[in-house]
Amino acid sequence: MKKIAVVSGKGGTGKTMVTAGLAEIVKSDLSLADCDVEASNFKLLYPGELLSAEDFHGLDVSVIDTEKCVQCGACLENCRFDAVEITDGLYSVRTLRCEGCGVCDYLCPSGAISMKKRLSGEIFCSATEAGPLAHARLDPGSGNSGLLVNEVKKRAARWANISELLLIDGPPGTGCPLISTVSGMDAVLAVTEPSISGLSDLSRLVGVCKGFRLRIFVVINRYDLEESVTREIEEFCRSEGLTVVGKIPFDPSVIAAVRRNMPVTRIDCPASEAIKKIRDNLSKELDVA
Amino acid sequence: MKIVVASGKGGTGKSTVAANLAYSLLDRHPVTLVDCDVEVPNLHLFFDSEPETRDVFTTIPKVDTDLCTLCGDCGNFCRYGAIAVLKDRVLIFEKMCHACGGCMIVCPEKAISETPYPIGLVEDSNPLSGLRLISGFLKEGEVLAPRIIRSAKEMAEDDEIVIIDSSPGIACPVIEAMEDTDFCILVTESTPFGLHDLDLAVGVTKNLGLNTGVVINRSDGSDEEVRDYCAEADIPVLMTIPFDKEIASVQNKGGLISERMPGWKEQFACMYDECLRIGGVGI
Repeated sequence: MKKIAVVSGKGGTGKTMVTAGLAEIVKSDLSLADCDVEASNFKLLYPGELLSAEDFHGLDVSVIDTEKCVQCGACLENCRFDAVEITDGLYSVRTLRCEGCGVCDYLCPSGAISMKKRLSGEIFCSATEAGPLAHARLDPGSGNSGLLVNEVKKRAARWANISELLLIDGPPGTGCPLISTVSGMDAVLAVTEPSISGLSDLSRLVGVCKGFRLRIFVVINRYDLEESVTREIEEFCRSEGLTVVGKIPFDPSVIAAVRRNMPVTRIDCPASEAIKKIRDNLSKELDVA
Repeated sequence: MKIVVASGKGGTGKSTVAANLAYSLLDRHPVTLVDCDVEVPNLHLFFDSEPETRDVFTTIPKVDTDLCTLCGDCGNFCRYGAIAVLKDRVLIFEKMCHACGGCMIVCPEKAISETPYPIGLVEDSNPLSGLRLISGFLKEGEVLAPRIIRSAKEMAEDDEIVIIDSSPGIACPVIEAMEDTDFCILVTESTPFGLHDLDLAVGVTKNLGLNTGVVINRSDGSDEEVRDYCAEADIPVLMTIPFDKEIASVQNKGGLISERMPGWKEQFACMYDECLRIGGVGI
């Protein structure tokens, strides 16, 4: 099974549009994962049928029993995350700040602190038209999105024996969710756009991906909005030895397709044509159909 | 007044809104702009300047092999999987460490100390008269974004008008950026993706009890769904920026519409007054 993650340093460059388009037109047996767990959008284009839902527990959270608490202050003094606070003389834990390290629990002399499981989201598997999809929902304000990404990937890996290709809709950024997403991939498809921030973000993304010994392919979306910057991006890719596998023009059909909750490849338009070319180029480069 | 600019979804134009808002106030008052999108910071691309740079460190454990008896207590205690105690040595995985200090506390031999470990830097500059720009940069491949965000925000702590550009999403970096601010501007696009993610972001600001308003960016005029959503959630729509090739072109080259196109500076300044009014804070 070949594994490809569609990523972009910056959000909103069109990752989901490209992933959903490719998902519809690849010929291989496909498994899918949406690793953008903070803003999971793939399902909006491929509704499908829900097969399973499980709770996701992130790191534990510490809880103070005020009855047992002797107000010694050991937890407050030793918490590195400013998670312990005192209100009207009573100690409590600010759940959003707690990183579940357990130091307060260890130090509490009166056994007033315990570590509790924290419900941080849900992990789903769905059957979609394009193939089985693993996806998730992170509770707003929860940490551990990298951990949740790993869980989503584990679910998708179960389908390895039935699919030839795993296609992942990745998260934006270059931090822990992105690193969790790209580890173990064969290739990444970096979607960028012709703006000076697009180029800066692409260069940071490439810096991170290089550490993982992945093949990196680049797609320039809305390339005709600023062709001078598109040329700069192409020059950057040449100097870094990255293959540009496609350039997608600005095309109002893309928004129209999203508004109708469907992949753009269902519409006959310039963006669809460009995504077909990306598929052809990728299948040559990676030896998949 | 501290305003944070956020969005569930990435690429909606947070940096654009933050940069234009800051620029539009400079006639009236000094402004500090803090780039907390530390994984892919962009505000420095809008404002050219010579920054002063400060490294940001976390700490990682250091084991004194003369004292260590390889008892394994540190490895057992660490909930992040950052320490593995083998038969003949202790392995530390720097990137997994949250610097909680627990291993040091539990070590019966006092064999563990801490050593600084660089995870990124903060740049401080004055690109325009009255404008202070503080940008956080997470080192590529590092994961402790909230630490850099905290350092960047701390540098602006005493400044009067602070505009913070947050990272996208709804996880820990966003919470770190939003905390201790007076008002949150959520930037969205009027597509199903935009609305879906706006709803998640509203979940976060409600959770934090933060006053919130919405800016609709790249509007093609079909904003009814977003407007209905905002009315339902009792969140004001502060501004609508149309999708327009001229606007896109100015921005793609790193320009500001409030500087280069008529009327926008006034609109952004008005929006600031509206945030003040709703946020209920001075200045």
